Order: sequence, then structure tokens, then C-alpha cells
Amino acid sequence: MKARAPVFWPLVGLAALVLLNAVFEPGFLKVTVLNGHLFGVPMDILTQGSRTMLVALGMTLVIATGGVDLSVGSVMAVAGAVSAVMLQGGHGLALALAAAVGAGVLAGGANGTLVARLGVQPIVATLILMVAGRGVAELIVGGQVIIIAHDRFEYLANGFLLGLPFAPLLVGACYLATHLLLRRTALGLFVEAVGDNETASRFAGLAAARIKAFAYIFCGGCAGLAGVLAAANIRAADAYRAGENAELDAIFAVVVGGTALSGGRFTVLGSAVGALLIQTLTTTMYNLGVPPAVAPVPKALLIIGVTLLQSDKVGRWLGGLRRRAAA
Amino acid sequence: MNRPHPETAAGPAALRTILRRQLPLVATALIFAALFGTAGFLYDGFFSVRVATGLLADNAFLGITAVGMTLVIFSGGIDLSVGAVIGFTSIFTATLVEKHGVAPGVAWLAALALGAALGAGMGALIHCFTLPPFLITLAGMFLARGVGFWINQESVGITHPVYERISGFELDVGRAFFTANALIFVAVIVAGYVVAHHTRFGRNLLAIGGNEQSALLMGLPIGAAKIGVYAVNGFCAALAGIVATFYTGSGNPSMGVGLELDSIAIVVIGGTLLTGGRGHMLGTFLGVLIFGTIQAAILFDGRLSAWWMRIVVGALLLVFILLQRFFLRKKR
Amino acid sequence: MNPALLELRGIGKKFPGVVALAGVDFTVRAGETHALLGENGAGKSTLIKVLTGVHPADAGEIRLDGRVIRPDSPREAEELGISTVYQEVNLVPSLSVAENITLGRQPGRAGFLNWRAIRRRARTALARLEIECDVDAELGSLSVALQQMVAIARALDTAAKLLVLDEPTASLDEREVAELFAVMRKLRGDGLGIVFVTHFLDQVYAVTDRLTVLRNGQLVGEFATAELSRLDLVGRMLGREVTAADFSPGKPAERAAREQPVLVARGLARAGAIAPTDLALHAGEVAGLGGLLGSGRTETARLLFGIDTADAGVFEVQGRPAAIHSPRDAIRLGLAFCSEDRKAEGILPNLSVRENLLVALQGKRGALRALARAEQAQLCDHYIRALRIKTADAETPVKNLSGGNQQKVLLARWLATQPAVIILDEPTRGIDVGAKQEIEQLVAKLRDDGLAVLFISSEIDEVVRNCSRVLVLRERRLTGEVSGDGLTSENLMHLMAGTHEG
Repeated sequence: MKARAPVFWPLVGLAALVLLNAVFEPGFLKVTVLNGHLFGVPMDILTQGSRTMLVALGMTLVIATGGVDLSVGSVMAVAGAVSAVMLQGGHGLALALAAAVGAGVLAGGANGTLVARLGVQPIVATLILMVAGRGVAELIVGGQVIIIAHDRFEYLANGFLLGLPFAPLLVGACYLATHLLLRRTALGLFVEAVGDNETASRFAGLAAARIKAFAYIFCGGCAGLAGVLAAANIRAADAYRAGENAELDAIFAVVVGGTALSGGRFTVLGSAVGALLIQTLTTTMYNLGVPPAVAPVPKALLIIGVTLLQSDKVGRWLGGLRRRAAA
Repeated sequence: MNRPHPETAAGPAALRTILRRQLPLVATALIFAALFGTAGFLYDGFFSVRVATGLLADNAFLGITAVGMTLVIFSGGIDLSVGAVIGFTSIFTATLVEKHGVAPGVAWLAALALGAALGAGMGALIHCFTLPPFLITLAGMFLARGVGFWINQESVGITHPVYERISGFELDVGRAFFTANALIFVAVIVAGYVVAHHTRFGRNLLAIGGNEQSALLMGLPIGAAKIGVYAVNGFCAALAGIVATFYTGSGNPSMGVGLELDSIAIVVIGGTLLTGGRGHMLGTFLGVLIFGTIQAAILFDGRLSAWWMRIVVGALLLVFILLQRFFLRKKR
Repeated sequence: MNPALLELRGIGKKFPGVVALAGVDFTVRAGETHALLGENGAGKSTLIKVLTGVHPADAGEIRLDGRVIRPDSPREAEELGISTVYQEVNLVPSLSVAENITLGRQPGRAGFLNWRAIRRRARTALARLEIECDVDAELGSLSVALQQMVAIARALDTAAKLLVLDEPTASLDEREVAELFAVMRKLRGDGLGIVFVTHFLDQVYAVTDRLTVLRNGQLVGEFATAELSRLDLVGRMLGREVTAADFSPGKPAERAAREQPVLVARGLARAGAIAPTDLALHAGEVAGLGGLLGSGRTETARLLFGIDTADAGVFEVQGRPAAIHSPRDAIRLGLAFCSEDRKAEGILPNLSVRENLLVALQGKRGALRALARAEQAQLCDHYIRALRIKTADAETPVKNLSGGNQQKVLLARWLATQPAVIILDEPTRGIDVGAKQEIEQLVAKLRDDGLAVLFISSEIDEVVRNCSRVLVLRERRLTGEVSGDGLTSENLMHLMAGTHEG
């Protein structure tokens, strides 16, 4: 019997959640057209969830190599700060974007060096930027919240292209580009090999250190772009709150999406579904009148449930149940 | 006849060997001395008893969480929920006392029990199902924070006379004034030191963090130790939450956001290895003092903004992590 | 003879799919050092685990001092008086010597420790070994030999009656081994029973009174060390009849006027792995590397392939000097290495057969020059058919395949890189007979195709069957080479036992 694609269960979860919402709130799935743009709750979920999807994209690769990156939230804050300062200083949009994403790449490079070259544990290594990153962001904006009045910049997060919200399209394009990069070249294979059995991959002649470093650099770049989107969304660079809980949401999205925390096989599509699931969960909570600050509670229960299901012990226990049922 | 091994001979070289063995602790102590000295040199009035005792009082609840965190990190684990537990505890006790007329002592006991219970629950999941500590305690953080906000979205001021008495309490020792918070902090540090260095529980934690496989073969009670340490840490976090309510005179569900990072940073700066098995409670105490000194210096300066704190702590973390890396590599 | 301290009778232990022990008897007397010997798969480690409470036995009984015991945890075994010192010194390196000796049993009152008493107990335990060392020193800062002494001291602190030493000399130099033996003799004089698990035959003859040989999970026999010749011992360990014939190297086979060797290693050495060794591999030849367990065969292979860095030695590939510092270097020079530990160092368990098969080739090409899907399918088809790999399809996760088929996938992985030299470390281990034959046929085909093959195996028959010449390692050094007429099992056993040295 062919095994189900790992993205199956998160899709089921997402569908169930959407169904639940549609039943209890008739207007949930309604999409209206206004000024040639599509509006509606599904659009909101896609737009608001696009940032988490983007960070989860980068996080997927890092987790696939058996590591984790806790600094993405702070990197988002730095990137937002860089873009705001560049635009304020009169530089062009392209340069500002390049600098912001570049800052993310640099952060990723630092993490990659610590983990891959110096052998520091990923949690420990990325903790440094997680702590210091926001301070650096505040330093860049000089302690203020910088308002960004720049139409084209705001368009990135709030604009529409051919009737559809631009941010999800942009993130979707990133996913497509990543998929092509990983599956058209051998990079995807290398990442999975290193995560699955690093020793064996070394013996097979793979440059494991380089591949791990690449994963962190890629993750930093994704976080950088996500930081730009976050700043564009609120038209300001808020170094204190930008990317709040971003790392947690991203890790949850990846794990819920079907990529194991121990590394190896990964599914980029699963992370997208996971991110959407978390965003839908947040929206569901909002619709149920749950105060936003309390919304993390079901997230917490969800992640405990998913990790339990993924754990070896439970897997064996379930396997035993299945065997006894079949007998 | 005894054959002494030159590499381990005790005696006249004792001071040098102590220094060599406790290198991280010595480094931390030197850094604290350097920081405090520099600040005292740069800022008028820094070198005072008031500032020194202020270090203890202002960082009491952070320091208390650092004590529990030290024990957890000894065993090779990590707990990201402590900040959230502080927030939960503060609003929980404040609401009970102010809105429901519960006696403070009862509210405190309930809060401590809940903190320990959450810790034990997380510890059980981590140990029995071999789940990654950072993920489970992350979930715990979300849980505690969310439940805290569910109790009350806004902060609740506390007007109970017991609180006022405690906030106003001061112990005079010569020229120094110790507030209740400072005294509780000192008591917790001392208790933490005793547990870490003079009880089987504490030494078992270090053994488990140092080499869990060996600890298992040596017959140490791993499950009890692991679940126990998370319970103790939850208790400490709840205690810190109570101390926080003394400090601010109110309960606030958003108290302690990001505090777990500071706590972890303090433990690492104090010389404890994040991977477990090595560390000293005295180092954590010095780490709190370092943290407090930097913060006090920034305040004194007036020119530096508060967020410089993040950068300095991050830089210190980097330095200590690299130090730990090279220290370990040399040992091999 | 002293009374029996430990008696194991009829011990049996099964794991899913394999019988580890069957009907094994094992007796150790008080005041005796008893060696436990056996090649791979003999059941030594399982017997020790049963004895020390890690696994319960399925059958048989254990008696200590005449009383039946059934230890079901290491702690219980320790309390009963059986203490073990493992090769990897299972102590906590970040804690002090005194702590390690007393961990879990520290003297104290009401939960609080008495450090002075702890130090005193540690010093007393060490004094029994006639060793003096700073008990506050961090264990990890001591040499491995000294750490082992601390482990022994811990064992003694628990009032052990029986001390099990599991491969204690693997990381020790000669002087340290002598010190360990002195300690062992003293403890034996104190009436302790010592079980000495090792594969160094010289050491067995130096320090033990009796020895027990296991093979394939069964008892071969128990002997007084002084009454069993080395050759006899090797024969029993390998399960072979030993004739009275002496070592007779005979005439080496004719070899065509020499083309230059494909790979040459001169003076290859690494501390704790092998002594300076010379090695040359020729195209179209299967050379064997034989020796008992622990003789340094895998270590040699790892040095050749760049997994470990040599302390000394030079390489020459196709006549030109070469540097091999990593597997990537080795692969680029045309080498291939099939590790003996499939699970840890070979397969990528959750990845498919196709991915496992192509990963080394792809690694050689680099990330950007990905193999096209069609080419991948073609290569997979070719190797699956050529090596007769039994799998539902190329997308099956490799962990679902049987051991033999996993081995074939790994072999195919290396063949796909079209190497000039291939090193096979125990290629037929853990594989059923049918698959074994297939692999041996493959090896012959590789030779005919012009590869230089280094065939490492502990099975004498296999080595004789497949190789045209065999180098034998004994206790980490090259002890001799046989070929042609001289390539017989008897001669190989002589080399392994060291009895060829007159």
C-alpha cells in the first residue's frame, strides 16, 4: 500500500477547520468583488498568513537539516527597520528591498557559521540573534517607530494584482521559486540526506557543513523578506513588535505541516498548509470572540497534540493498535 | 605503595588548579568586577550601597527565575515558559485577592501549586514521550500566557494591606536597606545553591545533563529528576510572579514577556553550559548582577536607550558561547 | 580451585529475528581472571548485558555465590555485587572524580550531601587500587586510562564481588595496559572475580587464568589459559579445525609484469588505530584485509578513505602523490567505501532506493548539475536489475528493504560513481546465504571489469574464496601477507594468531 503524502493530514485539518467555520458562520467563505479586487475572509487569511508562510518556508529548510532558527522574529524586525531607514533616506525601493533582504541573509550567514563551522547547537546559536536582534533593530530606527509613507512599498503587503491580494501572490512565487531551486537541482536531495543521516551523507561525499550553512542563509533571507512585508503591512517599522512570535508560528507551521523536527524529508507545501491552518485557527478564535491574547492557547494544544502523534512511542502504540485491529 | 599521577596531584598548586577548573566562573566574576568598576568610574554615585542593594531588589524576580532555569539547564533541558508563568501568576493572584477577596496566603499557595503542576506536566511529556523540551515548554508558554489573558485582559492594581506592608518592608543592615524582594531573592539563591551543590537531586541533574546514558547505567532516577526539575522551575517562576506583584503593586498578564530569554542569557553568562552537565549556582548569581549592572548603568547614563541592553546581552551571550565552545574543545 | 562465584547455566536470549544466545554456560571463580572471547555475532555483549541486568535472559539461570539472582536493571546488578566498567567509560566527564565514584550513593543526611565523607570514600576506593589522584579533579580532564581506574574504583565502592571489564584496553597504550593489569592482579588477590572481555589475544595470555569462547551465540568451551595454544584458540573462535600443519607461505601467485598500482599508501599510521602500514592495490585484483575483531581493519579503511586523518603516511593515486583529507577528496580521486555499519554510516533510511542509489554520484557532480529524471530512472533500473535488488519500486524508503538488499543498494551507490578503487568492509555481514553468493559474484565481476577491490572480512573462508592475496592485521599492525599457494585458511589463522613468528 502506498504511503499517503505527509501533507494529507494537515490538509484534512485545514479543511475540517474551514468547514467548521463555514457551518457556524455563514459568511465565512463569502468572497466579494469591490473595485475589481477580491475581498473576504479567505482573502484575509491568505494575506495575513502570507508572512508566516514565508518564514515557514525558510524554517522548513533549517528544520530539514535537523536544526532550528529561533532568530527569525528578530531578523524580521531588523529587516523592517533597514527598509524603513533606507526609504526615509530617499533611496529607491529596489535598493531598500535589497538591503533589507540582505540584512536577513547576513544574519543567516552568522547563524550558519556558528552552527555549521563552529558546531554550536542550533538552539544556542540562534538564541544570540534572537536576543540581540531587536536591539539592533531599535538601534537602526533610533528607538522610534518610523512611519513609511511609500505607496509602492505598501503595495507589497496591501496591494492587489489582477484582483488578487499581492502578498500571497508574492509568497506563492517564492514557494514556486524555492520548489524549482530545490527539486530541479540536487539541493533538495542534499538537504534531506544531511537531515536524514548526516554521517552517511558525509561518507557519501556531500559537503554537509556547506549545505547546513545554506539552509540558515536561506532562512535568514526569507525572514528578511517577511520583515519587509510586515513593515509594509502596517506602514511602519516597529522594532519592538515586528515579528512577534514569528519563530514559534513558523516552527509550528513546519511541524504541523508534516516535516519532522528531527530532520530529513521535508515538505514545503506542508509548511504552507500548516501556516494557513494556524492563521485559520487564529481567525476562528477571533470569530468566536476569543480575545486575541488568549488565541495562543489552542495553538499550544495543537502543537502538543501533533508532536505527541509524531513521537516514536505514540507511533509504536498506534501501530500496535492498528495491527490488533487488523488481526 | 601509592602512585600519584602528576596531572592530578593536589597541594601547593591548589590555587592554580582551582582557577583552571572554575575558569568560566572566574571569567564571569572578573567581568562583573570590570563592569561594576567601569560604571562606578564613569557615573557619579554608582559606587554606592544603594545601587548595590538596588541590584538585588530590581532584579529579584528575574533572578529567581534564573535559579530555577539553572537547574533545568543543568539537566540538559530548557524552559521557555517562565515569563508566561510570571504573567499568569501575577494576574491570577491579583484577581483572586482583589476581585474575589481571597486571602493572599491562600492565593500564593494556589499559584505556587499551579506553577509546579504546569512544570511537572511539561516535564512528564518531555520525559515519557521523549519530546523536545524547547517545543513543549514553548507550548506551555502559549498556554500560560493565554490563560493569563483569559483571566483578565488588563492589569489589576492590588490594594490589599498585606501587599502594602510587604512592599514597604525594609531590613536595615548598617547602611544597607534590603527590601522584601531582595531578601526573598537572596533566600532563593541560597536555597538554589544548596540544592545544586549539596543534595543528591542537584548532583543527579548535573549527571543527567553531562551524560544521560551514563546516568542511566549508573542507576540514577532519571524520570523523577527530570519531572522534578521542571516542577521546581515552575514553582520558581510562580514565586517570581508573586515577587513581581510586590514590585509593581499590581498583577499584569503581559508581565514577563521575553523574560525567559533574559533568564537563559543570565544562566549562560554565569558559566553554565547550555547543553547541560556543567555549571555553578554562584555563576548564575553573578550573571544576575552583571545583568542588573548593565541595566543600572544604562539608566544612570541617560543617553543610552533601553534597547542597548538587548545588544549587550546578545554580545555577552556570543562571547560566552564561543568561550564555552573553545573551553570544551581544549578538554578533549 | 576456588569455589564458583558466578555460574550461568543454559542462558538463552532471543531478539526479533535473531537468536543471540542459546544454552550458554559461563563460570567464574573467586580470585580468578576469566576472559570472554568471541568474534562478531558470538554473543559476548549480549551475555554481559544479561549478566548486568540490561536485558533479562529468556532461559537459564544465574547464580551468584550459590544464590539464584535475576537482575533486571544495572542498578540492581550493582547492588547484588556485579559491577561493570565499559569501554566508553560510562561516567560523567563534567563531574569530579569523587562525585563519579559515589554518584547515586553519596553519604549524607536528610538528603544533604557530606562532601568530606564523599572525598574520603573516593580516596579509600582509589587507594585500594594503589592509585592516588586529586579526587576533586574533573573526570574529563584525566587520561582515558585514569578514567577507567576511576570507573573501577566506583565499581569497588559498591562492594563488588564480580568485576566485568568490557574491552578496557582498547584506548590504552602499553604502559597503561601494564598498570591496568597490575590493578587486576591485586584485585584478584583480594578475592574478586574478574571477567575480562577483549579481543587482544596477547593480553588474554598475559593476565587471565581461564577463558571461555563463544561462537554464533553458543558455547564453544571453557579452558585454562595455560593449556590452550594460540592457534587452537583462534581455531575455536573461528569454528575451524586446526591441523598440526605449520605456517608455510608457499609460492606467491604469478603476477604480470607490474602495471603500477592504482592506490598506494606508505607508512600510514594513526595513534590508537594502526601502526605504520604499507599497502598497494592493483586494478583487476581483489586484495583481502583479514584479521580478528579489533585488529585495525576498519580503522585502516577509514584512513584510506579520508574519514579519519592519518598521523603519518603518504598516498599515491595512479602513480601521482595525492592528499586524502576527507571522503570528498577520496571520491574525487576515484575511491569508494562501503562501510561495515550500514545503519549508522551507510543508508539514508527514510529516503528512497533511488535517492540512496544516486546520492554519491550526485554529490560528485555537484548540486547544480542534477541528473535528469529519465537518466535517474535509467540508472536505477540498470542497477536494480544488475544487482538483483528486491524492492517494490525505486521509491520505496530504503529502511523497508532487507539487510541484503540494503547492502546491494549501497554497493550500487558506489558503482554508480564508477570508481577505480572500492573498499568493501564486511559486505556480507548480516545477509542471508543467497544474497551473500550474489554479492560475491558481483565482487568477481568488479575485478573482471578492472576495479581494484579491497575486501575486508572476518570470515576466513570468504576471504580465501574471493581474494587473490590477503594482508593480515594483528593487534593494530600488519603482520604478514599471503597469496597464491600460500593463501590457505591454515596460514591465515597462523598469521592471526601470531604463531607464524616462530
